[in-house]
Amino acid sequence: MSSAVAPTPGSRAQPRAVWGGSPLRLLLWAVPLVFLAVFFFYPLGAIFRLVIVSFWREGLDPSVVGAITRPLGFTVYQAALSTLFTMLVGLPAAYLFGRFQFPGKGLLRVLTTLPFILPTVVVAASFNALLGPRGWLNLLLVEGLGLTAPPIQILNSLPAIVLAHVFYNTTIVIRTVGSAWEQLDPRLEQAARVLGAAGWRVLAEVTLPLLRPAILSALTLVFLFDFTSFGVILLLGGPRYATLEVEIYIQAMSMLNLPLAGLLSAVQMACTLLLTVISSRLAGESFLPLAPRLRGEGLRRPESLTERAMVWGMVTLLGLLLVSPLAALALRSVTRFEANRGQRGAVEQGFTLDYYRELFVNRRQSIFYVPPIAAARNSILYAGATVGLSVGLGFLAAQSLARRSRVNRVFDALIMLPLGASAVTLGLGFIIVFNRPPLDVRSFPFLIPIAHSLVALPFVVRVLHPALVSIPQSLRQAAAVLGASPWQVWREVDLPIVARAALVGAIFSFTISLGEFGATAFLARPEFPTLPVAIFRFLSQPGALNYGQALAMATLLLVVCAVNIFLLERVRLNGAE
Amino acid sequence: MARSRGGVVLVVEDIWKDYEGLPLLRGVSLTVSRGETVCLLGASGSGKSTLLRIIAGLERAERGRVLWDGQDLRGVPVHRRHFGLMFQDYALFPHRSVAQNVAFGLRMQGLPAGEVRARVAEALEQVNMGGFANRRVTDLSGGEQQRVALARALAPRPRLLMLDEPLGALDRALKEELAGELRALLRKTQVPAIYVTHDQDEAFSLADRLILLHNGLVEQSGAPAEVYAAPVSPWAANFLGLSNLLPGQVLALDPLRAKTPIGVFEGVQVEPAAARTLPPLRVGSPVMLLFRPGNARPGGEGENRITGVVEDCVFMGEGFRLRLRLESGHLFTFLLKEPLETGGRVTLSLPKGDVQFLMEPDGAVGREEK
Repeated sequence: MSSAVAPTPGSRAQPRAVWGGSPLRLLLWAVPLVFLAVFFFYPLGAIFRLVIVSFWREGLDPSVVGAITRPLGFTVYQAALSTLFTMLVGLPAAYLFGRFQFPGKGLLRVLTTLPFILPTVVVAASFNALLGPRGWLNLLLVEGLGLTAPPIQILNSLPAIVLAHVFYNTTIVIRTVGSAWEQLDPRLEQAARVLGAAGWRVLAEVTLPLLRPAILSALTLVFLFDFTSFGVILLLGGPRYATLEVEIYIQAMSMLNLPLAGLLSAVQMACTLLLTVISSRLAGESFLPLAPRLRGEGLRRPESLTERAMVWGMVTLLGLLLVSPLAALALRSVTRFEANRGQRGAVEQGFTLDYYRELFVNRRQSIFYVPPIAAARNSILYAGATVGLSVGLGFLAAQSLARRSRVNRVFDALIMLPLGASAVTLGLGFIIVFNRPPLDVRSFPFLIPIAHSLVALPFVVRVLHPALVSIPQSLRQAAAVLGASPWQVWREVDLPIVARAALVGAIFSFTISLGEFGATAFLARPEFPTLPVAIFRFLSQPGALNYGQALAMATLLLVVCAVNIFLLERVRLNGAE
Repeated sequence: MARSRGGVVLVVEDIWKDYEGLPLLRGVSLTVSRGETVCLLGASGSGKSTLLRIIAGLERAERGRVLWDGQDLRGVPVHRRHFGLMFQDYALFPHRSVAQNVAFGLRMQGLPAGEVRARVAEALEQVNMGGFANRRVTDLSGGEQQRVALARALAPRPRLLMLDEPLGALDRALKEELAGELRALLRKTQVPAIYVTHDQDEAFSLADRLILLHNGLVEQSGAPAEVYAAPVSPWAANFLGLSNLLPGQVLALDPLRAKTPIGVFEGVQVEPAAARTLPPLRVGSPVMLLFRPGNARPGGEGENRITGVVEDCVFMGEGFRLRLRLESGHLFTFLLKEPLETGGRVTLSLPKGDVQFLMEPDGAVGREEK
């Protein structure tokens, strides 16, 4: 056979998966697909079915139109406002990261990764600890000015929502636009200057046009996130401000009006789909080659007085924005500022660990039937289950995706779909569908990690797939020639290389699960709360103790997330080079 | 004499510049006259490009002045200097067409649209790119990009044109073709120009005047032929491709003779055209002997004879290039009219005018400073 000498062209162009055409490969496919069908498409389909059936039967009441347009209008309004302010902070910050070298830049860069992974309840609790009626700013003002009431009433207002969104999404602008800016060859701007363009003209004629794709993609992404924001608005906006997501939750959980919640969900999904299409259209706009010859060539130290003022002003602003709420949270959780029981008027202040100690106590008037610390235990159990589920499914999916084919492209798109549906919609779908044993929301707590896995799966696959594809086919062939069976090839070649990616995926899904609030708010039962749900409940109760416990739990969650980020960076750094 | 066609327009005085804590330029001075093309020649990392960027105003020198027509340019921002700068990799605006790139500088001057169009067309004609006005610059070949970049730099009629290794990224044949076009264009437009390169052939073919930059200082300056005929230092000789160098010691001053490991040679000390003064030769001074490759002849009697083994002898069109391994181990290159057999032992004799006595210039002491 001549093919023994020269490899056939096809064998090189098409990387072959390890399992030839065996039924095992079918399994790779089938398991994630069945999972998606049962736990994603079925609940989603049920929402649409419910909407169509109930409004077919009853017709569309004019009041229903109002019930949709009101939250929709507010959703768009707050998202636009939040996006505007995010860009106002983010674009100068992107300039800072893209063009300047300054001490502490590495630390600031790490800080900007925090919002990526911090649960909404932690952020909400943080802003509460900073600006709320019991927050630091109000406490200090009351103390300092001898006031009787907290002077700053920012909670339950639009500014609180906008502020939290700016906190969350500035990072996206810094990442997207900042890295494009760093990639932008400084010679292009210099060429414009030599040709007679003054500073602002260089910006208008060269810099901004070249950064346009990055800016537009950041803009749509930020808007999309602001549009679908749930926890921040529920916790910081208060009852007066309902976006589509919050309204879905209220209609489903308080008003028990599932058809309306479903309709809102459908509207929300349609909007998300539209935004995603726009966003991918914009992202598809051809990025021009901007790469400078040397990495970091465009970076310089701030020189003139204006540049220095700009840089340090921006660093201070970002530091304040990112650090002060989290510091306020951690400090407030160990500080007592309340009158002691029985000693009216006398205020005891100072360091205390009471809020943490109370977490282990099951008080009779408690909101839950269990000591609050049980929420932490539940969260960890759910997160562990989520890791197992999402990494296992992600592995199967990534393994089968490693082979390029048209069917696989469809499969890939299917796996990514849960990214587009909001967690709230997912939660709603679950309570509509899974209401009979054995799959009953009320008796089958495993539905929570399943929902979390759906949220985490796209991320896990996105981490695992490139790692699998990166393994050169020749390595596997070399192992096979040396006598390894397909299974041994996988174990000896694929597994060690993919293990690191799997670890990254595991940390990701663990952190996602720990902080997940949207779906969990629908699915968690009072005797099995998760940390975010417990924080939400405690925050919405009166009383210094409840407040302190909420902050204590949020601090615990914050610490765990920060540790995870640290681990993630370590694993990634070790992986690079 | 350098072919200067008018008064001095650009004066660069005593420029000092550090790069990452180390001195890069250490007191560079030069002038450019009206209509003159000056080639700044130096190894990579010698600070040539940095000097251009300082003149353009893109970087600030730690010390020194840049003057145009007697006016100090300190405080004049880049965009008001009205200089042209062609970047090494052209820095064409990828989001604009060929014509829009060329029009940029004209628009910045606030010229009316009609005139901009006419001048763009004219500039593109000048570089033989007339038919490319509406093309995307990202679709152009390297040579085409080079031409567009030149047109963009020339279109606003700058009072000084600076070119930073403009042919660096191109292949040999294209390089020669474009160098020819460039030479013609510089002659025609009479724009004073500073041309930075590390390729001496390019510099020879374009320069009215050559400036050798070495160790942060001007090593030598003069017309290409003068510099080639009389390199001022061993480094300059070597950099220009004259690498038959041998250390020796002065034996006598009249006639000028020196002792080397391979014998005694009689030679000359050529007065360099410009740049720094040389220390006076004394008996006993260490010198570097340069054996020019062009006029060696096999055989001969007396002094000025070099003996070695023929490593190879290659036909080069106009003659044969001989590589000779000396007894001292040095490998010398000569150009001969007749071929010699490889592996054979041969003795060459050189006219005394082709043995040049070189010394490290005065700056040598200062150069060792940290």
